[in-house]
Amino acid sequence: MDSMTSDHAAHIGDHAADIDRHVRLYIIVFVALMALTFVTVAVSYLDLSPAMAITVALFVATIKGSLVACYFMHLISEKNLIYAVLVITVLTVIPLLALPALTHGSGFWIHE
Amino acid sequence: MDIPYTVEVRRDTGLTNGKIGIWLFLASEVMLFGALFASYILIRVGAPNWPKGDTILNVPMATFNTIVLITSSITMVMAWASLMRNRFGTFRIYMGATILLGFVFLVVKYFEYSAKLHHGLYPSTNNFLAIYFTLTGLHMLHVIGGMAVNAYLWGFGSKLWKTNPVWFTNRVENSGLFWHFVDLVWIFLFPTLYLL
Repeated sequence: MDSMTSDHAAHIGDHAADIDRHVRLYIIVFVALMALTFVTVAVSYLDLSPAMAITVALFVATIKGSLVACYFMHLISEKNLIYAVLVITVLTVIPLLALPALTHGSGFWIHE
Repeated sequence: MDIPYTVEVRRDTGLTNGKIGIWLFLASEVMLFGALFASYILIRVGAPNWPKGDTILNVPMATFNTIVLITSSITMVMAWASLMRNRFGTFRIYMGATILLGFVFLVVKYFEYSAKLHHGLYPSTNNFLAIYFTLTGLHMLHVIGGMAVNAYLWGFGSKLWKTNPVWFTNRVENSGLFWHFVDLVWIFLFPTLYLL
């Protein structure tokens, strides 16, 4: 059994100190996610233009999403095959989202 | 016959089969939710006017649910970290908390949905409510699915810990990847539907 370490055990290491370091990082990420949630809600109470509100909300959501993906989902240190799968996914999903947005007459989907 | 590459990594991929499997599944999930987000954009750009989410939906409830899901993400990752530290009892506590938080999310969602239906706001009422119920409904099904797998790993499925702890830890990690993805989808759903 000892020789059959899993991939996460291999890259994180079995040392308790390593895991302790990771746990501290998880807690920092958790606090950051909480803070950013309040930022998202607080910004929505400001009287921003729709374009600005959408930009800020999606920017903060992207930071939060990246934190979850990088640290909780361990994407910060993952194998190349998983990165390859995700690159293909991103390259596919961006046109999927961009096309309906660009079909609007003005080129934007924001109603002033 | 044993399932291959559940514990040892494949030489060509550098991964266990379960790990690459869950990531391929999550990639397909990105496309599923991506298609619905694309539908949302298309419906919104085509609408002569579009309501701001907070005029129809309950922002405090959704903010509370965002906090619940983010908290459940850290309890999930702590459950996995507990197994990595060889502490099965702590795993049980964190995994139990993750399942409980999922349940809290569903209860809040139940109150949100029933308030809408009580006020005669149905998916058929308008396009905003149609896409709201579709996106949050699909997300809710994912929460239920994740809770079912987590409940299995908390209870009956945890027997594997005694016979093959590494395999069990890998299962918890893969279940966690799905749970974090569910959290990630909500992180985008919340501002899109409730705040914009």
